[in-house]
Amino acid sequence: MTSVATILESMEYGPAPESSAPVETWLDKHNRSFDLFIGGEWVAAEAHLDSFNPATGKKLAAISHASSADVDAAVKAARAAQPVWAKIGGAGRARYLYAIARLIQKHSRLFAVLETMDNGKPIRETRDIDVPLAARHFYHHAGWAQLLESEFPDHQPLGVAGQIVPWNFPLLILAWKIAPALAAGNTVVLKPSKETSLSALLFAEICVEARLPKGVVNIVTGPGKVGDAIVRHPDIDKIAFTGSTEVGRGIRMATAGTGKKLTLELGGKSPFVVFEDADLDGAVEGAVDAIWFNQGQVCCAGSRLLVQESVAERFLAKLRARMETLRVGDPLDKVTDIGAIVSMTQRASIDALVKRGVAEGAELFQPKAKCPNGCFYPPTLLTNVESASTVVQEEIFGPVLVAMSFRTPAEAAQLSNNTRYGLAASVWSENINVALDLAPKIKAGVVWVNCTNQFDAAVGFGGYRESGFGREGGREGMFAYLKPKAVKPHAAAPVTPPQEPAIAAIDSVDRTAKLYIGGKQARPDGGYSRAIVSPSGAFVGHVGEGNRKDIRNAVEAAAKAESWANATGHARAQILYYCAENLSARTAEFAQRLRSMTGAGKAAATREVETSIRRLFTYAAWADKYDGLVHNPPLRGVALAMNEPVGVIGIACPDEAPLLAFTSLWAPAVAMGNRVVVLPSEKHPLAATDFYQVLETSDMPGGVVNIVTGPRDVLAQVLAEHRGVEAVWYFGPDRKRIEEAAVDDIKQTWTGEAIDWAGTVGEGREFLRHATQVKNVWIPYGA
Amino acid sequence: MLKIQPVPSNDHAPEGGRNPVAAFDADLIETVRVNRSAAERRVATLPGRRTVKKQWQAAWLVKAVQCIDLTTLAGDDTPGRVHRLCAKARQPVRQDLLEAMGIGDRGITTGAVCVYHAMVEPAVAALKGTNIPVAAVSTGFPAGLSPLPLRIKEIEASVAAGAREIDIVLNRSHVLTGNYRAVYDEVRAFREACGSAHLKTIIGAGDLGTLTNVARASMACMMAGADFIKTSTGKESVNATLAFALVMVRMIRTWRELTGFKVGFKPAGGISTTKDVMNYQFVMKEELGNDWLEPGLFRIGASSLLTDIERQLDHFVSGGRYSSAHRHPMG
Repeated sequence: MTSVATILESMEYGPAPESSAPVETWLDKHNRSFDLFIGGEWVAAEAHLDSFNPATGKKLAAISHASSADVDAAVKAARAAQPVWAKIGGAGRARYLYAIARLIQKHSRLFAVLETMDNGKPIRETRDIDVPLAARHFYHHAGWAQLLESEFPDHQPLGVAGQIVPWNFPLLILAWKIAPALAAGNTVVLKPSKETSLSALLFAEICVEARLPKGVVNIVTGPGKVGDAIVRHPDIDKIAFTGSTEVGRGIRMATAGTGKKLTLELGGKSPFVVFEDADLDGAVEGAVDAIWFNQGQVCCAGSRLLVQESVAERFLAKLRARMETLRVGDPLDKVTDIGAIVSMTQRASIDALVKRGVAEGAELFQPKAKCPNGCFYPPTLLTNVESASTVVQEEIFGPVLVAMSFRTPAEAAQLSNNTRYGLAASVWSENINVALDLAPKIKAGVVWVNCTNQFDAAVGFGGYRESGFGREGGREGMFAYLKPKAVKPHAAAPVTPPQEPAIAAIDSVDRTAKLYIGGKQARPDGGYSRAIVSPSGAFVGHVGEGNRKDIRNAVEAAAKAESWANATGHARAQILYYCAENLSARTAEFAQRLRSMTGAGKAAATREVETSIRRLFTYAAWADKYDGLVHNPPLRGVALAMNEPVGVIGIACPDEAPLLAFTSLWAPAVAMGNRVVVLPSEKHPLAATDFYQVLETSDMPGGVVNIVTGPRDVLAQVLAEHRGVEAVWYFGPDRKRIEEAAVDDIKQTWTGEAIDWAGTVGEGREFLRHATQVKNVWIPYGA
Repeated sequence: MLKIQPVPSNDHAPEGGRNPVAAFDADLIETVRVNRSAAERRVATLPGRRTVKKQWQAAWLVKAVQCIDLTTLAGDDTPGRVHRLCAKARQPVRQDLLEAMGIGDRGITTGAVCVYHAMVEPAVAALKGTNIPVAAVSTGFPAGLSPLPLRIKEIEASVAAGAREIDIVLNRSHVLTGNYRAVYDEVRAFREACGSAHLKTIIGAGDLGTLTNVARASMACMMAGADFIKTSTGKESVNATLAFALVMVRMIRTWRELTGFKVGFKPAGGISTTKDVMNYQFVMKEELGNDWLEPGLFRIGASSLLTDIERQLDHFVSGGRYSSAHRHPMG
């Protein structure tokens, strides 16, 4: 036994183990073997697999390997339960969510110890972060359930949600997924990672304890195949996935064209930016929380350190000194900072990337203290790396920080965005101007100013770019589990039938419709035109036959018009009003054009033009009013939920309502600061091409609206495949093709919804939501 | 590194020599940045990240005892009261407890006894034969607003009376008006008046308004030759806090990075439980290292804390029986 006298000399901390006994008892109670939780019952599976404690290598229990029949049974149970669950109403559901929150708190230490043993993360984190945040998510969403009917009156639940959660925050991400789904009136089939299923199974027990109606929550365990069965299940309405970008891509492909709603929360290589005027000691501690939290196995880990050159050496010296005091070891010890890596496979992958970094010339720093043998990895800093280095490009998902320097705020923004990902960022500066200037420039769903890895149920979380789409948490997160009530089937929006004989083209002088790219009329690259005819077959006019090069040019022009995103809402509104004014002056001409193309009656055609004018007014009105939110997470500070434009949006218009649908789509996008490449109705494109003259006379800056006519679906696919296009809105029959084309860079898509363009659902917040993405900027303050 | 001439060390100077007087450097003060939320987050999470149990806790608490500046600063102090306090400083923990822990022969005492000038002589007499220094609060304690020549004279008088440590107070108005040159000049004059006695500068953190001011005042004091920087007089409405401690010890670290010299730290006021004092110890170890757990570089200004530590040690030695204050001799 170490004596007091010895310790007086060494002043070491000594061991402070958290007891594993209650968890061992719980595992024994289950004979160390777990069934599936389906329809409120524990259902035996045919096959099992073992779950290990990564810190010791010891087997904890056997978990079930669900078969596809088991998944089917779980979906059936969820489907059966959903109407009842929806019918009890928000207030009724709030009681259950509240009960779950309370039960998580009552069993908080059991959850914490279990999670630590199953995952390897330190007890300090499970006890102080994972479990309290999981409970907080259920409390917060009990509130959303209570307020659902009053706050989301035009929305309804999606139905059955399939949810697939990763191993890095097993319980916390389960809470992120289940709480909003249940609050909105959905039922769920959830699959935890095969590495870390135990806390989900304990959660299932809590659902029983809370007397949650049977089938509302179903937990199926097993390897990736089980997740695949969920993803491909025909009776699931929504897939929510958190995990690797690679698997996310597969899910995107598998769900393409199925009509399943999808949110993906994927990988990242988040920048951690330190300016010379930062509190450097504070920022060093921030870096510890950014990259050595949860062994760096965090999708939003601040893994790319960017330090202003003037303080880079000083900062790195402080950081290295701090690394020496990090304690790697037994996750159940209360004084452990860095626990076990989740598995030897993951450890090998981290090590391989570090070795590759060193081989490419990186300088490696690890603290002197010995790292325990087994599934542990020391905190690691790699310097002398550049943007081109593998370790700077690739997500390492381990306790490895790469460091580079920058010179100016502009360069900090460039380097921050020099990645395929866009999940999170930290910005450290004591100058509010510097910090709040950079925050909107970084393409990421979450920006932490002078803090890092802050999470709260009231604040949305989710990525830009290949980090996925959709938000979890806050008001913005609720929309991931709701849909507008008034969605009519496609057939309900008919093309106005011909009522009068077709009228021949009215132009006495031949007017040639061209493409409209970068504010200029452009001849199609291919040099071909196509004839547009009326329903009776009469020739109406020619339009250019756009091809992939025209799309390329249009996207390039749209990308160049980036300053539109920074124009004030007031300025954007003025231009939209001006468009309305100029369209109004040409009402008769546009009505005539619609009649000649579609055969619509005079009254109907005039009505379509007038509705289009009204729509322009609507989005001019919205341009300076679609405000973000100020969230109130539990800290002294605010989280600004800013509605940012998505970027360049490709829009493929439907054939019905050729002017109104066209207007209804580009106007909200442009009002929010996006630039668009619009593919008008393939059958009736001339109203859209006529419209470029309106744009020209209305001072619309070049490149903001680009119009390419031609084979719509072919061109839409080119847009969906284009890596410079951030989103595609597709209103045509072949959504599968477009969604598959969008898989490669995890592009956001909005497809296949039939909209009554002339009705109240033809405009409004739903369009604005698609035209924006929410960025949450956390700003703790204090003089 | 700043070029600073080392001064001759005396017997209680830290390894590497006593912090000397350096030239005034306005830049060094003005470029200090402290983010309050980040600092508070660090100290809010640290108690969850570090803990000591069983004999480790006992050893840490004994070490804390050795760092206590056992203090009485009351209007009704008398030689008799001070005598009792000094007796407690000589034997801060019951001998049977020390023996049970195997450290009965270590001569465990507190770090110092801290009194007003009038009580210096009785204290020195009461501590005769020990190596426990007497610290005198000085320079118009606690407000520090008496005439400068008188404040300097006060130091000289206390040193002459046998005080080996002088706890001076800053003129907080200089900090609040941003006049760090004046802070520096005064502290430097105090340092010179101290001679070989150690200078502990009380910055009055609770009066300074912001953590940034706390950091800047700390920096100015170290520049002017402070041996210790100290949070509080114990008379401010807010005394020692972990956030003040964090900010001040980080300045000590920066000073060391810049000059190589080690300056000590003394939180004072409101530290009354073992839990409190261990949190300060964690801040010291994590931010500065083990050297700053020793009385040469770490002092705790306290009075009632000692009883709580004794009760805790009794609990440890007795194998888990909770103790009571009346079982421990009062100070």
